[in-house]
Amino acid sequence: MTIASARPAPASRLKVRPAAEARGVLVIIALGLVGYFVFPDDLAFLTRLITIALLVISLDLVTGYCGVATLGQAAMFGVGAYAVGNACLAGLTDPVMLLFVGMAAGAAAGLASGALITRFHGLPQLVLSIALGQLVGALANKLSGWTGGSDGLSGITPSPVLGLFAFDLYSRTAYVFSLVVLALVFALLLRFMRSPFGLLCRGIRDDALRARMIGAAVYPRLVIMYGLSGAVAGIGGALAAITTGVVGLDSVSFERSAEALVMLVLGGTGTLWGALTGALVFQIFEHFVAATNPFHWMSMVGLLLIVIVVFAPRGLAHGAAVLWARLRVRGAAP
Amino acid sequence: MTDRLALHGVFKSFGGLHVNSDVSFALKAGDRVALIGPNGAGKTTLVNIISGDLRPTAGRVLFEGADVTRLPIAERSRRGLARTFQISRLFASLTAGENVSLAVMQRRGLTRRVLSATADMADVHTECIELLETLGIADLAALPVGQLAYGQQRLLELAIGIALKPKVLLLDEPAAGVPHEETPKILGAIDRLPPDIAVLMIEHDMDLVFRFARRVLVLAGGRLIFEGTPAEASLDEDVRRAYLGSYADARRTA
Ligand SMILES: Nc1ncnc2c1ncn2[C@@H]1O[C@H](COP(=O)(O)OP(=O)(O)OP(=O)(O)O)[C@@H](O)[C@H]1O
Ligand SMILES: [Mg+2]
Repeated sequence: MTIASARPAPASRLKVRPAAEARGVLVIIALGLVGYFVFPDDLAFLTRLITIALLVISLDLVTGYCGVATLGQAAMFGVGAYAVGNACLAGLTDPVMLLFVGMAAGAAAGLASGALITRFHGLPQLVLSIALGQLVGALANKLSGWTGGSDGLSGITPSPVLGLFAFDLYSRTAYVFSLVVLALVFALLLRFMRSPFGLLCRGIRDDALRARMIGAAVYPRLVIMYGLSGAVAGIGGALAAITTGVVGLDSVSFERSAEALVMLVLGGTGTLWGALTGALVFQIFEHFVAATNPFHWMSMVGLLLIVIVVFAPRGLAHGAAVLWARLRVRGAAP
Repeated sequence: MTDRLALHGVFKSFGGLHVNSDVSFALKAGDRVALIGPNGAGKTTLVNIISGDLRPTAGRVLFEGADVTRLPIAERSRRGLARTFQISRLFASLTAGENVSLAVMQRRGLTRRVLSATADMADVHTECIELLETLGIADLAALPVGQLAYGQQRLLELAIGIALKPKVLLLDEPAAGVPHEETPKILGAIDRLPPDIAVLMIEHDMDLVFRFARRVLVLAGGRLIFEGTPAEASLDEDVRRAYLGSYADARRTA
């Protein structure tokens, strides 16, 4: 940032995009407004969509940007949610403070599991991530004093946001609060991913030995990224706890981890926009198809996935970008 | 003056296969040494041992007098040891420019930064472009590595090594895969290195060896069988026997 101000007058040949983060915020807010006004009766669903979007984004940080295969991402989401639930029941009811609680708990879980998982590669790594996820799930079931076991935690009632906006029955506050959090997190991550640290992560994913040969200590980087990923997942879990008032075993389930991975692949790994797109499309599709056809919606979702994998193997976001570029070329042609 | 790099009695076997046997040599500041030898002689294995990718079965590797035999790869790199690979290893999803700038930023300790955009680091960018220009691939900076021709990837691989401003640079067949008319670019880039860097180059192209090296090490069957000037090497009976005539034209070039 200090270097930017010292930049010589002639613009360098590399593209400088100071507006990328601002654009991210604008797009999310714009989409959010559409959701708010077009689907005013579905705000609870849209709020849930946002919390899961944060989970998918957090998964992208390790899987997409660092090449770590994991099917246990929900563990960090769940740890964040349970931590927030307990903190709130213990009397810490300020939603913003609770967000930080969830973030810290998620980050701690991320650092701990990352320290183990990133020591392995390929299939052992994947299996380890599943095992850790199952372990957290089993613990959540056993430690019913903290988690409510299979009944879950309920009665989580946060105080009004900033002391002004109480959580209402129509999920309006919950939705706007979640949307703002998502926009902020997304903008920060956009920035992060085009920082030198972010570039090095992509380098490590491409070729870890090469990265070592330029002097990069790979392992600490991966653990830090896992911590960051856990923080983001923890924020998602915190939002889920804050906005629904309950935390159940489903928030740490294997199904949730697997679904997050499906959404990520659907949208496209390795870009934040891909993660967001995947979370958005999958959940909206699921929501409406499940409503119109409660018996066959799973097969419809499966069909959608097959179509995407066949026609846009690098994900919806990339496929859309390619399509857009083609249309522009065709439009420009005489 | 302590040697930049020294090997003491290095052995390496894979199972029963003895790939390096009792290899000892040293590089001083400013050295330009060629490591030659027939295919399978163990040259790349030796570079892997020096760079830390492999541990020797026995023997020691000293860098500036310090024993680095058990040191991790990254630590050796940070002390000033850089290498290139015989078969290009690049960051495949990054652009050519990003490949080099990552090396530059890592060297400068900038990769801990999480909130400053890479694209805004003008001096890093300038350094990268200058380096790419000396190799004649500056106009490719914005291209993803996958879109470069193999020869261009080889030059980029060299650029990454140079970008680290190492004290010792190990080049594993930098010209392999580079079109013949482009090999002067490699020599040109090496000529422009600060003179006190020690460079070890593995190379099969004797033309290049003669132009680059002041000293030649010959490895055959995992053992160093010769050390001397390029001209002496081309006349040496053992060296010629090791190559079984496959490099008989070495003398002619001399
Ligand atoms: N990781 C390994 N495991 C088993 N054998 C290996 C390994 N690496 C190299 N070798 C063997 O060691 C011998 C020397 O290989 P090395 O790559 O060092 O030769 P080289 O001198 O670089 O040859 P070239 O000129 O073909 O590059 C070869 O027989 C090779 O098959
Ligand atoms: Mg070799």
